[in-house]
Amino acid sequence: MARTPTGKSKAGTMEARGGWPRPDEPQRYSASRDELLEYYRQMVLIRRFEERAGQLYGMGMIGGFCHLYIGQEAVVVGMQAALEQTDSVITGYRDHGHMLAAGIPPEAVMAELTGRAAGISKGKGGSMHMFSVEHGFYGGHGIVAAQVPLGTGLAFAHKYKGDGGVAVTYFGDGAANQGQVYESFNMAELWKLPVIFIIENNQYAMGTSVNRSSSEDQLFRRGESFRVPGLQVDGMDVLAVRGAAQTAVEWVRAGKGPLLLEMKTYRYRGHSMSDPAKYRSREEVAAVREKSDPIEALKKEIIDGGHADEAALKEIDKAVRAQVTGAADFAEEAPEPELKELYTDVLLGRY
Amino acid sequence: MAEIKLPAMSPTMEEGTLAKWLVKVGDTVKPGDVLAEIETDKATMELEADDGGVVSELHVEAGAEGVKVGTVIATIAGEDEEPAPAKKPVAEKAPEKAPEPLKGHGDEKAEATVTESPVIKAEAPQPPAPSGPTKRQTLREALRDAMAEEMRTTPEVFVMGEEVAEYQGAYKVTQGLLEEFGAQRVVDTPITEYGFAGLGAGAAMGGLKPIVEFMTFNFAMQAIDHIINSAAKTLYMSGGQMRCPIVFRGPNGAASRVAAQHSQNFGPWYASVPGLIVIAPYSAADAKGLLKSAIRSPDPVVFLENELLYGQSFDVPEGDDVVVPIGKASVVRSGADVTLVSYSIGVGVALEAAAELAKDGIEAEVVDLRTLRPLDTATVLASLAKTHRMVVVEEGWPVCSISSEIMAVAMEQGFDDLDAPVLRVTNVDVPLPYAANLEKAALLKAADVVAAAKKVCYR
Repeated sequence: MARTPTGKSKAGTMEARGGWPRPDEPQRYSASRDELLEYYRQMVLIRRFEERAGQLYGMGMIGGFCHLYIGQEAVVVGMQAALEQTDSVITGYRDHGHMLAAGIPPEAVMAELTGRAAGISKGKGGSMHMFSVEHGFYGGHGIVAAQVPLGTGLAFAHKYKGDGGVAVTYFGDGAANQGQVYESFNMAELWKLPVIFIIENNQYAMGTSVNRSSSEDQLFRRGESFRVPGLQVDGMDVLAVRGAAQTAVEWVRAGKGPLLLEMKTYRYRGHSMSDPAKYRSREEVAAVREKSDPIEALKKEIIDGGHADEAALKEIDKAVRAQVTGAADFAEEAPEPELKELYTDVLLGRY
Repeated sequence: MAEIKLPAMSPTMEEGTLAKWLVKVGDTVKPGDVLAEIETDKATMELEADDGGVVSELHVEAGAEGVKVGTVIATIAGEDEEPAPAKKPVAEKAPEKAPEPLKGHGDEKAEATVTESPVIKAEAPQPPAPSGPTKRQTLREALRDAMAEEMRTTPEVFVMGEEVAEYQGAYKVTQGLLEEFGAQRVVDTPITEYGFAGLGAGAAMGGLKPIVEFMTFNFAMQAIDHIINSAAKTLYMSGGQMRCPIVFRGPNGAASRVAAQHSQNFGPWYASVPGLIVIAPYSAADAKGLLKSAIRSPDPVVFLENELLYGQSFDVPEGDDVVVPIGKASVVRSGADVTLVSYSIGVGVALEAAAELAKDGIEAEVVDLRTLRPLDTATVLASLAKTHRMVVVEEGWPVCSISSEIMAVAMEQGFDDLDAPVLRVTNVDVPLPYAANLEKAALLKAADVVAAAKKVCYR
């Protein structure tokens, strides 16, 4: 549920709210049965996909860096549901979930992870560098926080063209300490650009917790110096995210300038596949899984609310498993890029 | 009595135009009062009185051009002095000879003084005039026209950077663009290179065609991640799906007396990156034609200008659709004895050296690379095959330079044509010093090019 934290702030009773306009506190979204089942399906798809990617990494089918989204599924599913065709999305290197939520076929994503010609980037990008302009997905960027000014630029293009689009720009709690984020906040507010900044606060920048890296650990306040209003959202609750997304999209699309959403979330797996996991306890991870898992929570809500029974959800689970197995088989069997692809796509023009 | 001398108001200012007097003889002035408006190569500035007193004489009339720095322009009698009797209100003439007014360009405000530096003479050596009707233009005017013409035909093109709009450009290159195209397309940014380079790259990914001006390329080091990691690599990493058609432009290389942090040639840095186009023109005609090509290109372009050339005049083709192809070098002087390869301001040095060499009976061929990536090795090798001797001339450091690359190309692909080792003449391999004598000693010199050319000719 969206909330304005009080006691947790280091600033104590100091009110971070300035005198400039800000949206009303978002309401938890009231979803239809079909919407609930679709959010459930998408979250399960991301979870199963990422589990399978982890296995393929262990088998040596996926190389290099591979950052899994397990635990954070509610953020991207709740946000994406509020977007329109004209909108654009950009994120960092933990991008598989964003691509699946954008409707990009799992085969094309998985085949990119295994470095095959059928991958969304022809096997030339890999886990961290995937794009699909067709789906309004602008990457997939490997340099921490680089996507923040790039997303601000996408918003600049929306405004310049007057196409009514909004740029949704995701970054992590680690990226939130990069200077270019604040350069972007400044220009976005100055020029009232249609951009939603989303900090996916999964509590750890690699192995460094927010408390050990951030003087202001209430990250939704990070825009206040630039008059960018911020809201903190329970990123483990897909309906809270969906509600906040509604508020944000309406605010930004109305030309009121940027908005910052801090999604409080958690990743169950390591920062990447090579994470030694020495910086937090097993108990901490187990406790979050036990008490706050976004998929389990939605499942319970669907069943308790009488929207569908367990058997119906099992059907969804089964279909997703088959889809992910199909994608993994495809990605394992698809051919590698031809060697001539080494030299293509460097420049578009002939000089 | 205090003599008011024309002060240097910018690092490259050697002379200025006394646009307007704001006082007249007999006026009493207080410290801080504005005495005159001075037009420099970069801007129109106000000259303030340091001390109070009575204006007793004005030595230079309003409108005088080419007033050298240090010229006495007024005399002010101290407040307790008797004002000297004014013989005549305004001197008949500027004491220093004013240069011929520049001809053939529309905007008088853009007229700028020419900077003399250790690298380039007050009048830059001229390449052959382009074919067809031409007009005489400074390089800064040619760049401005290139942007304006492309903005007229292509709504997606916009200019963004520090002081590009209301200030009219830190070096006056964007002069007049705000007036014609408005604030939506001529965008003043905060001082935020990292941010606006990334924002520009994102806008290009979103379908626009940004021209991002860096006040100088020294400041682009703050933003180099976006030039290389975001702009240059995206097409490849996306398997050809996502374009980034953007031009990063601004002055590059040593200016004048601004020392190490503001004097550096980044040509070799950017030219080493696949996925970028890198352009570094010498003449105004090439600057205009290549900037138009750069703006039209679907690829990211780093366009390296040179502050010392901004005020230089060249013959530029008439018409607003004359482009110069990217990736093509130009033979700017024909000769049979030795090839001098250069780019940007180095071409002027090479042409000067060629003129010296001709006095000794050595005819040098001068190749202006114009584009540093992709490099036109065919033109370089064809010239080498003709002359069999080569010297590379570069205003920049020697190590891992464009010179290094040209020498490697000559070795790998032109070895059989070589009658002597290829030599390079560059700046000295040190951070650029401030002191005038040290700066001069550190920078590229025609005399060194002459000596190197004679050496490879065994003369």
